Amino acid sequence: MRLCIGGIVEPGTTLANKTGGWRSFKPEYHYERCTKCGLCELLCPESCVARGDEGYYEIDYDYCKGCGICAHECPTGTIEMVLEVK
Amino acid sequence: MSELKAELKVVEGSYAVAHAVKTCHPDVIAAYPITPQTHIAENLSQFNADGELGNCEYITVESEFSALSTLIGASATGARTYASTASQGLALMHEALFNAAGMRLPIVMTVANRALSAPLSIWNDQQDSIAQRDVGWIQLYAEDPQEAADMTPQAYKISEDRDVMTPAMICFDGFILTHVYEPVALLEEELTDEFLPPFNPEHILDPKNPETFGAFADPSIYTEFRYMQELGMREALKKIDPVAEEFREIYGRYYGGLLDEYRLDDAEIVLVAMGSIIGTIKDVIDEVRRDGIKAGLLKIRSFRPFPLDAVRKALKNAGIIVTLDKNISIGKCEGALCTEIKAALYNTRLDTPVVGYMLGHGGRDVPPEIIKKIINKATRSMKDGLTIESSYADLKEEFV
Ligand code: SF4
Ligand code: SF4
Repeated sequence: MRLCIGGIVEPGTTLANKTGGWRSFKPEYHYERCTKCGLCELLCPESCVARGDEGYYEIDYDYCKGCGICAHECPTGTIEMVLEVK
Repeated sequence: MSELKAELKVVEGSYAVAHAVKTCHPDVIAAYPITPQTHIAENLSQFNADGELGNCEYITVESEFSALSTLIGASATGARTYASTASQGLALMHEALFNAAGMRLPIVMTVANRALSAPLSIWNDQQDSIAQRDVGWIQLYAEDPQEAADMTPQAYKISEDRDVMTPAMICFDGFILTHVYEPVALLEEELTDEFLPPFNPEHILDPKNPETFGAFADPSIYTEFRYMQELGMREALKKIDPVAEEFREIYGRYYGGLLDEYRLDDAEIVLVAMGSIIGTIKDVIDEVRRDGIKAGLLKIRSFRPFPLDAVRKALKNAGIIVTLDKNISIGKCEGALCTEIKAALYNTRLDTPVVGYMLGHGGRDVPPEIIKKIINKATRSMKDGLTIESSYADLKEEFV
C-alpha cells in the first residue's frame, strides 16, 4: 500500500475501518419500554442507529463507539449501557 | 546581483511585495492587519478595490488564525493563496501552520519579521519566524525589498511543484525593509506569467469527486506522513537553486539560491547571517578588507530546507565562523543560526570555532561599528586560539 501525501483519502475508508472496536460500553435496547420516538436515531453522533422493520430502532455495532448519548437521551430508559465483554 | 532589465521606481518595501503578489495572480487572499505587515495587506486590498486582482477573492477575517484557516480551505480547492503576517499574528497561526504543511497545501505567506511580547515591541527581530522553525514550512529570508518581491513568484514555483507541495514563508525584516522607500524594479506581469505556471495540484476538494484532506492517521502510518513531508523538503532543496536561475534568465536578477556568498573565496573570518543586516555586513567587510582583514560572508537564504551540504562546502576553508542572530533560544543563550551552523559542522572533520552573536533584537539598530567590533574580536580569538561562547553583541550591561 502507498500512502497519499497530505493524508488525502477517498471516501468510504471506514468501510474497512470498523470503529466499533473502540467501544468499552455497549448500548442494548429493552424494546418493551420504547415509544419509537426516534430520538436515539436523531442524536447518535455516529449515525449508526437506524429504524428497523417493526419501527423499532437498531444499532450498527460495527460503528457504535459506545458514547452512551442514546441511552442518556432516551426519554423512556429503553437503552441500557452494558460493559462490553469480548 | 546581476544587471537589472527593468526600470527602477522608488516605492515602499511593502508595496514592492504586494505588487509582486499581484503579478502571481492569487485566487484567494486572507490577511489580518498587524504592524509592520499592515501595508502589504492594505496595498493588496487597494489593488482589489481597483479591480487589479482579477477574480481574486480578498477575504477579511477577524484574526490571523482565521486568515490561515481560510487559506487552508481555499488552497485545498486548488486556489493559489496568499497571506501576510508578523509576530503575534504568526504565533496565533501556529496550530494552523502545521495543518497547512501536513495537508501539503502550497500557501505562500510573507512574514514582516517582528519581535514578540512581552515586553511589547512592534519592532524588528526574527524571533517570530524562527519560533516557527519546525512547523514544516519552507522559510526563505530576504535581504532587501527587491529580493522579498522577487522571492514571491519563486516561492510559488517551488511550493507548488508537485514533488514539493509545501507551504512557504518569505521572511523580511519589519520596518527596516517593509517601510523603507528605495528603488525597486517592480515585477512585470508578462514576465511572471512566463516564469510561473498556473497552480495545478493533483488533488483538490471537489464535491463531484470527494476526498478528505489531513485524515486521521493511527500510529501505524503517522510516521510515514511526516517522513513524506521531509521528502517534500528534500525536493525543495533541489529546486531552490534552479528556480533562482530560471528567475535570473527571465528577469535578469539573482540573489543566490539556497545561500549566497560575498568575498568568501579567501576569507578567514566568515560571518553567517540572514535578512537585512546582510547589506551592513557587506559594507563592513569591504572596509576591514582594506585593512587587510580577510573577512567574508555566507548569507543563508533558505533556512528551511536547511542547505546542509552547501553550508559545509562554503565553510570548509574558514578559520573562524561568526554567526549573527536576531533571535535567541532562551535557556541556551544561542541564536538559531549559531545552533544550526555548529550542528552542520559537527559530523565533518572540521573543528572550526563557531562564535555566536545575538544582536538587533526588538528593533535595536545594528550599526557598522558593532559588526566591526565583532570582526575584530573574532580576529583576536582566532590568533590566540580562544573559545568565545555565544553572547549578545549589543547588551547594555548597566541596565541588568
Ligand atoms: S452509544 Fe453512542 S454511538 Fe452507540 S448508538 Fe448510542 S449514541 Fe450512537
Ligand atoms: S429514544 Fe428511546 S424511546 Fe425513543 S426510539 Fe430510541 S429507544 Fe425508543
